[in-house]
Amino acid sequence: MRIVFEKRKTTSVAAMVLVPVVSFLVSLVLTAILLLVFGADPLKTFAAMAAGAFGNIHGFSETLVKSIPLMLTGLGVGIAFRLKFWNIGAEGQLTLGGVAAAGIALFMEPFLPGRSLLWAAVLGGMLAGALWAGISALLKTSLKVDETLVTLMMNYIAILYSEYLYYGPWRDPKGYGFPGSRMFSEAAWLPRLFGRAHAGLWVALILAVVLWIVFKRTRWGFELQIIGASQKAARYQGIAVERNIVLAIMLSGAICGLAGAFEVTGISHRLQQGLSIGYGYTAIIVAWMSQLNPLAVPFVALALGGLAVGGDQIQFVMGLPAAMGVVMQGLILFPMLAGSLFTEYRVKVLRREPAAACTA
Amino acid sequence: MDERTIPKVEMRGISKSFPGVLANDCVDLVLYRGEVLALLGENGAGKSTLMNILCGLYRPDAGEIYIDGRLAAIQSPRDAQKLGIGMVHQNFKLVDSMTVLENIILGLDTESFVPDWNKVRARLMDLSARYHLKVDPDASIWQLSVGEQQRVEILKLLYRNAEILILDEPTAVLTPQESRELSRVVHAMRAEGKSAIFITHKMEEVTEFSDRVMVLRKGKVVAETSTRNTSPRELATLMVGREILFQIEKQPRQPGEVVLELDHVSALNDRGLPALKDVCLSLHAGEVLGIAGVAGNGQRELAEVVTGLRKATSGTLRIAGKDMTNASPLQIIRQGVAHIPQDRASVGAVGDLSVASNLAMKQYRSKPLAAGIFLLPRRIMDMARRLIDAFRIATPSPQTQVKFLSGGNIQKTILAREIGAVKTVMVAVYPSRGLDVGATETVRRQLVAQRDNGLGVLFFSEDLEELLQVSDRIAVLFEGRIMDVFPAEGADMEHIGMLMAGMSGKESA
Repeated sequence: MRIVFEKRKTTSVAAMVLVPVVSFLVSLVLTAILLLVFGADPLKTFAAMAAGAFGNIHGFSETLVKSIPLMLTGLGVGIAFRLKFWNIGAEGQLTLGGVAAAGIALFMEPFLPGRSLLWAAVLGGMLAGALWAGISALLKTSLKVDETLVTLMMNYIAILYSEYLYYGPWRDPKGYGFPGSRMFSEAAWLPRLFGRAHAGLWVALILAVVLWIVFKRTRWGFELQIIGASQKAARYQGIAVERNIVLAIMLSGAICGLAGAFEVTGISHRLQQGLSIGYGYTAIIVAWMSQLNPLAVPFVALALGGLAVGGDQIQFVMGLPAAMGVVMQGLILFPMLAGSLFTEYRVKVLRREPAAACTA
Repeated sequence: MDERTIPKVEMRGISKSFPGVLANDCVDLVLYRGEVLALLGENGAGKSTLMNILCGLYRPDAGEIYIDGRLAAIQSPRDAQKLGIGMVHQNFKLVDSMTVLENIILGLDTESFVPDWNKVRARLMDLSARYHLKVDPDASIWQLSVGEQQRVEILKLLYRNAEILILDEPTAVLTPQESRELSRVVHAMRAEGKSAIFITHKMEEVTEFSDRVMVLRKGKVVAETSTRNTSPRELATLMVGREILFQIEKQPRQPGEVVLELDHVSALNDRGLPALKDVCLSLHAGEVLGIAGVAGNGQRELAEVVTGLRKATSGTLRIAGKDMTNASPLQIIRQGVAHIPQDRASVGAVGDLSVASNLAMKQYRSKPLAAGIFLLPRRIMDMARRLIDAFRIATPSPQTQVKFLSGGNIQKTILAREIGAVKTVMVAVYPSRGLDVGATETVRRQLVAQRDNGLGVLFFSEDLEELLQVSDRIAVLFEGRIMDVFPAEGADMEHIGMLMAGMSGKESA
């Protein structure tokens, strides 16, 4: 008897749903072991985390605050990943989107009356993200420069540039030395739903549905699918490969830039330290856990956002390090990667038949 | 059969299944010392699977293998190598950037940490002379022609003292001369007492190479006989399971106006060297224009210029009377030009996408498959089912990824899609290369049907018989130039051969 892995002819829908769910459960077990080592009761800890993240209106609003940028950046990098374009620059695109939105909110007020200031800030953020990502796409399509390195390095440029701005020229003179710009006028504030949760949630949810329709039901989505699978075949079918890659990556960057614009207009109302706290990297986990399906992104982002808030909670409630949430997040990824085997393969148990069976 | 001799190889009751297919169904195979066995069968008949089991790449679901009468547990290619089994795969397993010598000893654990290159070289040169396998030991693999690379693969096996050589469709990549050389090599090995299994689906090669032939169909052995006692026609029937029509019936030619015209067109190849030189050709509606020539004489570049995938450096390209010189591929598709590309696995089809998606790839831009910017998935599925039926594409479902189909069915998928899109010119580059008899027949028939429907067909082939059978006129391409254009009817093969070798007809007379 022998166990073999057999490649599936079609990816299993059940496995696609089960793998992330089971992976999450496995990561809970792994974390539980770690908690036991720390001498904490795993069940109590998990209960405290869940209660902290989802149990009350304050906790839930904080979970949403963390989930919204994860949804947006997760959707953004997912577009790039579908093209096998490894955009790991969401963090930089988010940061620059925030910088552009802040710049508009801070300095364009005299020219943009009322709510148009907010609209301009948000669109400016998207444009900045699109252009920042577009550079890497242009380098890739015209000079074949590796996008992984370019997008990663451009993160540092964007983050350091934003630091330069809020430590330097944009620093609030009345800020008691606190690194950050002055606060925007209220015209540039994104409406809030409850707590600190803001209207960016609706945008993220609508965007998830729209992107799903684009991928599954439009000609452009089909073209992107062909490009992602084989550029040579796409070119042969008359698809403008380079132009479409640049457009898709700019869209990817625009959505990440939007996340940054929402962070400054919805949460901090100024450009300050803490704009870039790794959403753009966690976005990669979000995108893969959702198997690049935009409709799954909000749920995954909510789970990971809850994990982060719950991790903070156990610091107070259980006296455990807040990093425990980050550790759990990492522990989810391992079973996910291992589990993806089951979406592509099925397990089959073989019993060795004697050769004589052939004569029958 | 001599009862006293112990077979060199005996495979008993081998079964192996892949998702949805039983690739080998209780196959028995016997190979004696000093014997060449031809393994004949259509694409997907299970020939390569059976051989991959013998050389340790796959493990059978059931069955046993005996080498020299002893039960052998072959778990890996390394085990097979120790038993003297070696295989030359269709896609060579050589390291491009290394030299011939380095490739020869790559993976050998008998060599010391610092190989004694002089010894290796001496042994290689000895083998090379003994089996007429000429090769430069210091050349890098990328510098070698396909035929030379194959020689390196064979030398690699001989260096490892292989007693049983498996050659998987070795002639598919060779010129006729190289094939004849290969047959001499195989005969030399047989004379030394080595055994060989020769996978093919070409009947002529069975007679040229083998002593005995075994025919596989749908994973089962359907016949096993001495080569002397059979005929190509009988083998073809056994292989396909029905009578094959070698002749295609054609309506008399009724050429219309010129649909494709190349006027002094020149173009460069990928390395920036001239590949097409001052080509003048015209193709009429209702005509098949065959392009003859040894591969690599500008065929690929010619097809790419016509379909907009390659820029012409000078000259004019007209399609249906319109100047389309250096138009984009999309503009040329919109002129109704369809293209069956040379590289079907990575250009013609997308393995990771479904059969339905692959069938939709040319017409998704407009009605009835699309409405504005939106696709209509139900219409796409309807179309896919219709084409799968019409072209008898063997696939479990329209949603199956194309990479799971056999070569012939991938080609039928491409054919179905391109025929659906063609309005003026069909460019078919080696459309039947590597296909089995059944699929080849479908391809040829469909091309002739397009011609009868009043389209122009630009048909590239290396198979002269096929070219003469399908084409109305033939143009011979040599080093990027058109040597001559003449009617296919009554054309002399010798004469074409001369032109293909670069000699003009007059000199040869």
